[in-house]
Amino acid sequence: MIRASAYTFKILRFDRKKPEDKARFQTYRVKVIPGLTILAVLNRIRDEIDGTLSFRSSCRSAVCGSCAMVINGRIDLACRTQIASFGKETIILEPLPNMEIIKDLVVDMTPFWTMYEKVKPWLIRSSPDPEKEIQQSEKDRAHIDQFVNCILCACCYGACPVISRDPDYLGPAALAKLERFVLDSRDERSRGFMDEVNNEHGVWGCDTVLRCIEACPKDVRPTDAIIDLRKRLFVDKAKKLFGIHR
Amino acid sequence: MITRAHDVIIVGGGLAGLRAAVGLCEKYDVALLSKVHPVRSHSIAAQGGINAALGNNPDSADDSWEKHAFDTIKGSDYLADQDAVEIMCREAPEIVYEMEHWGCPFSRFSNGSIAQRPFGGAGYPRTCYSTDLTGHVLLNTLFEKAVSLGVKIYPEWHVTALAIDRNTCHGVAAFDLMNGELVSLTAKATLFATGGYGRVYFYSTNALINTGSGIGMAYKAGVPLKDMEFVQFHPTGLIGTNILMTEACRGEGGYLINAKGERFMEKYAPRAMELAPRDIVSRSIQTEINEGRCFEHPLGNYIRLDLMHLGEKKIREKLPGIRKICIDFIGIDPIREPIPIMPCQHYSMGGIDTDATTSTDVQGFFAAGECACVSVHGGNRLGGNSLLETIVFGKIAAGSIDKYLSAAALAPEKDICLKAARAVEMKIKKLLAGGQEKTFQLHGELAKTMSAYVGIFREHNDIKKAIEEIKMLKERYRNVGISSPSMHMNYELMNAIELEYMFDVAHSIAHGALLREESRGAHSRTDFPKRDDEKWLKHSIAGIAKDGVPEISYRNVAITRYKPMERTY
Repeated sequence: MIRASAYTFKILRFDRKKPEDKARFQTYRVKVIPGLTILAVLNRIRDEIDGTLSFRSSCRSAVCGSCAMVINGRIDLACRTQIASFGKETIILEPLPNMEIIKDLVVDMTPFWTMYEKVKPWLIRSSPDPEKEIQQSEKDRAHIDQFVNCILCACCYGACPVISRDPDYLGPAALAKLERFVLDSRDERSRGFMDEVNNEHGVWGCDTVLRCIEACPKDVRPTDAIIDLRKRLFVDKAKKLFGIHR
Repeated sequence: MITRAHDVIIVGGGLAGLRAAVGLCEKYDVALLSKVHPVRSHSIAAQGGINAALGNNPDSADDSWEKHAFDTIKGSDYLADQDAVEIMCREAPEIVYEMEHWGCPFSRFSNGSIAQRPFGGAGYPRTCYSTDLTGHVLLNTLFEKAVSLGVKIYPEWHVTALAIDRNTCHGVAAFDLMNGELVSLTAKATLFATGGYGRVYFYSTNALINTGSGIGMAYKAGVPLKDMEFVQFHPTGLIGTNILMTEACRGEGGYLINAKGERFMEKYAPRAMELAPRDIVSRSIQTEINEGRCFEHPLGNYIRLDLMHLGEKKIREKLPGIRKICIDFIGIDPIREPIPIMPCQHYSMGGIDTDATTSTDVQGFFAAGECACVSVHGGNRLGGNSLLETIVFGKIAAGSIDKYLSAAALAPEKDICLKAARAVEMKIKKLLAGGQEKTFQLHGELAKTMSAYVGIFREHNDIKKAIEEIKMLKERYRNVGISSPSMHMNYELMNAIELEYMFDVAHSIAHGALLREESRGAHSRTDFPKRDDEKWLKHSIAGIAKDGVPEISYRNVAITRYKPMERTY
């Protein structure tokens, strides 16, 4: 038999429409089996205790990226985090940092999507499409693998210390997305395109403290992307200096 | 009340909705409404692949779209409309190449072509894939395409009613979740691409958002549903969480093992073994469980999906997502341990009755993807055909809507949409006034009823019980109340609104299952174990009567060149 244990959930409550009511922690006591995930318990709290609690969720299997939040000080997806994994009876839940709270654990992701769109996150080609597939070697496909895995959950965006002081910084997810296309052997975007990220709000903004890597639930390494983009800019500059043209 | 007007409204930001939007946005004022941000749609969770007879695999050099069509029709237990299947399979290679040209990162063979793997019920390895994240890469690619074209997206706009009057659709009522406002939207054409109804069942691989409310909404507004009794149960849902373990696990060579250590599929499908179609594999697993040759566990009895003999390299390369899910959710590494699985509800073969142009009986109202029933899947869908259906019929919907708008489209009437929105407003007031019944409780009882009585094996008295229970739950729903008065990001309210539609979806499934006295595809009646082509080679069409009970009529299956035969694997 699996036995239920008592847990205390402290959840940050705030409503953008009622800014006069300051953000506060609300305590919920639940008795659940330890094998449950944070998301499963959140659903139970909303169903059985407090219908006013707001949080996002969908796939409950760590692929859709809806339920990123701060769990006992660590950024992760609520659906893939087991309550027993902390070895404590108290669980503290807060919304993702670096974005405005709409209500409780739901943040306004508009700035995240704005930055995503800025890098032109789609395959850009100048050659005409072949009749069948554009050929790509297994090795070239493997190059983009980790960046393809990004689920746009914004864990990295919430963890990034640069965004907290520079809201115009593109952020780890957008730069990793850019790298996914720059690295793709099929992409033919012009080199001049890199000029747009060749500044303090782009690739040079990163502190390289690797918080994004730590926060990513899908093992993507945005800092690797940023360093590679920097290298490309260096190489381009060097080529220009020495008059070497591609 | 706030009102808006567009040429076209698309409801649903998954593959079908996005593909339609991409096809229409350069010519028309298109609005795509989605109750979650488009990249959170359930298409993202598809793992195994998308079928197209490209012939890239050395073992499939003589594959053809006709063979793909034959496998699909045989897999459907001959209930699919063969003309529609032919359209889908003929379009498939072009669709896959188009997605590749738009950037989709398919896995590759060593010669640089798109990789293809074997899948259940298929005579050739024709399932194109990207490791075990095929839905993820396809959805991201289509979203990227939509962003590049500047498609107008309303994220987290929850459509709550459809405005149909005198057999013409005028638009929708939608709830803007972020602002907590009800909005009335008119459109000359409305496309539903709202997905399946998995959450009507207790054990389901589906996302929490898959309530089927879109199907229920159309049905309540007078659009007929088709073949609702055909519900797919996936053979391999992870125990406890019911998370999908892709068919690619078996496509790559995984075994199903019972508690006696036997590869029991030998008894049920001696040639295809683990790669028989899903209805057959699910019934086989359930039989092993029912007859006690299973492993026992507090979360439910299970069978083993064994990948260990594939070796670490293959598992890491071909099934990395599956491995990560197993480690994250049950602490098992499939490289070293078998995966505990049980069959779970997975897919809705039935849905909104459309023809192969995605048109419905209602002027100006179209449907595509899992919420629709064309039918290309008939009694049982083959793995790899759902992703294909969403994109093919999303594209076809764009063409049909274009044709409709260029010719016959009427000007939508604002008042009819306002009336629909006001009805939702009244409903919200009533929910707020607060009865004692709780949404989660009624939903839980509905889902348990459906899993227990309208599941893999069905029988007259059980289905009757389910229908009685559904009727009682509908009565209790009159007394549902919600506790949260603030309207924005109010998921308690959205859940309560959706539940009403879920009852009608469940009712139509159970009613169709009761009447169909035969066993075909995923509909398996223990009291009528044989397929009966003489009486039942026909679609069931459900309309809703005044008292809420489905009224069933029948329509012949379109047969072109594939004569119904006995189905063995």
